[in-house]
Amino acid sequence: MSFSVTEPSNRQKWFAGVLVVGYALITIMPLLWIIATGFKSPADAIAYPPKVVFEPTVEGYVNLFTSRTRATEDMLAELGEPTTWYDRIVRQYDMVITGPSRYGERFLNSVIIGFGSTFLCIVLGTAAAYAFSRFRVPLKDDLLFFILSTRMMPPIAVAIPIFLMFRQLGLNDTHAGMILLYTAVNLSLSVWLLKGFIDEIPIEYEEAALIDGYTRFQAFYKVVLPQAATGIASTAIFCLIFAWNEYAFAVLLTSGTAQTAPPFIPTIIGVGGQDWPAVAAGATIFLVPVMVFTILLRKHLLRGITFGAVRK
Amino acid sequence: MAQIRIENVRKEFGAFTAVQSSTFTIEDGEFFMLLGPSGCGKTTTLRMMAGLELPTSGEIYIDGEEVGQRPASQRDIAFVFQMFALYPHMNVGGNISYPLRSQGMSKADAETKVREVARILGIEDILSKPVGGLSGGDRQRVALGRAIVRDPKAFFMDEPLGALDAEFREHMSEELRALHNRMRATTVYVTHDQLEAMQMGDKIVVMNHGVVEQFGVPQEIYDWPATMFVAKFLGSPSMNFLTFQGNVAPNDSAVLVGDARLTIPTVRETGSGQLTLGFRPEHVTLEDDAPIRGRVLASEYLGTTQIVTLTTAFGEVKARVPSDRVVPIDVTTGIRPDPRSVTLFDTQSGRALRSVANEKVIQNG
Repeated sequence: MSFSVTEPSNRQKWFAGVLVVGYALITIMPLLWIIATGFKSPADAIAYPPKVVFEPTVEGYVNLFTSRTRATEDMLAELGEPTTWYDRIVRQYDMVITGPSRYGERFLNSVIIGFGSTFLCIVLGTAAAYAFSRFRVPLKDDLLFFILSTRMMPPIAVAIPIFLMFRQLGLNDTHAGMILLYTAVNLSLSVWLLKGFIDEIPIEYEEAALIDGYTRFQAFYKVVLPQAATGIASTAIFCLIFAWNEYAFAVLLTSGTAQTAPPFIPTIIGVGGQDWPAVAAGATIFLVPVMVFTILLRKHLLRGITFGAVRK
Repeated sequence: MAQIRIENVRKEFGAFTAVQSSTFTIEDGEFFMLLGPSGCGKTTTLRMMAGLELPTSGEIYIDGEEVGQRPASQRDIAFVFQMFALYPHMNVGGNISYPLRSQGMSKADAETKVREVARILGIEDILSKPVGGLSGGDRQRVALGRAIVRDPKAFFMDEPLGALDAEFREHMSEELRALHNRMRATTVYVTHDQLEAMQMGDKIVVMNHGVVEQFGVPQEIYDWPATMFVAKFLGSPSMNFLTFQGNVAPNDSAVLVGDARLTIPTVRETGSGQLTLGFRPEHVTLEDDAPIRGRVLASEYLGTTQIVTLTTAFGEVKARVPSDRVVPIDVTTGIRPDPRSVTLFDTQSGRALRSVANEKVIQNG
């Protein structure tokens, strides 16, 4: 393809459109499949050939949020007619609801740990990046390299030492422990990304603010922060996505109180048969916060990832 | 408004000395130019006056108060940056009122003040615009507005016209000078453009390699440079240098350049070894019987004058002569510097030898 400064021809536009739509379809397909599966009945979910048209049901969602048990005919007779819509759905399979499932708390854990670590990453990352960008830090390059080097192996390679350390420190299966861990893993990314963004902000802005009678801290939050907003938003998205989707450490280090949604969702399979619709429903709901967060910040994200590519 | 005094100010960045023990005084209400090539320490000097860098040693007095180690926010000065540094997240009005708000001025008072400044600068109609879409000139005016709105003790400007295109620069420099004439505020202005410095400045400091070479009013510096660097840096084309072996003693009023005896202003000190005779291109006449012989290499036509380049046994000479005079290439002619405007330098140290003509000027610097 040739690059031209003139408006592309209709044919070129059409071609580009097909490419974009094709790529979007490929990436969106699995997502659509999961969302669709969440609304299928267990039978439809495993039907072969797969069913594209099916009768939607919220069974999966009911099963996701409840614990159920199979009841004998006597028990069912004793209970009488189901009173609520979700009771009715469950009763079709001779089951009764015994209480809520743990999905709600796991989801809440994900929110606390994901957003908590993202928040910490941004606060610490911005402070460190500002210092690296603006001050004469002794051994600056070495320190920056050291920070980056923590990303040079897969974090899971240090899983066992971390597990042992957490056990010693009593951080196993705690929110604080998981927030700390995800912050530690993400901080290098956030320092490097944010340093790049802050480097792009000319120092004259702060100097102008200093001369205008502001202290360095005021200059930082009144002049630097608003201009770094784009970078902070995109860094926050990257950090959140990592912390939100992290699976391996969550499996290893949490079980009861602080378990996040990713390790929880597959455990649904073990409860009362392979309930794929419930799994899909869990995954669908799990996607929502990151999706909303990303959509809200998408303008910043777009500018953020191309930031610094072109000198203004 | 205030007098600014710089005493023995020195700045080191690690092993590198950016400014070596500078001393000069900027009088109240002066338009003062810091002139020099890039890397000469002029910007560092300005930033030390502003408090953006702290001097390694020495004192800076603004309005009689020693402020050398104080932060910028406590010096009550305004700074105009080369790239203007307008806050991109605020509109024009917001930018101009920003320094007022930092002093805790009420919104209404600040508004009145901003309007007043906007009227002076002719930018009332763009107060609510974002700064992103402004033209270079308007940005410049907004940056000036932000500086003058607070009535600071002094204005510091770091090559404020450097980011503008040549045509607009001329216009803006006139506007700046006019603004200064009206406000009479002490202004320190950094530039590497000798023409700008001479056009706009009441006084000039010429710096090189972190050293103050000379300090004085433009005409004195132009006519009686204290060093060969200053002679070379100011004026276009720059001063001619004839290098020769010779010696002079106090009260000599002539010097032997090769075989040619040239009259010079009466010398006040001894000089020997390699000497350099300096004179401006406009102070040369081409006469067939003049003692220094030169062959014409080229001639550049500049409208009313032309610059004739000649080669001599002592170096190249440029002469500014009327354009109606025909100077054929390759002709050999005589060169006569105007004896009243000659400066003799010691080539080794680059220093001007004192004479009756320049001793007053050089004592100042």
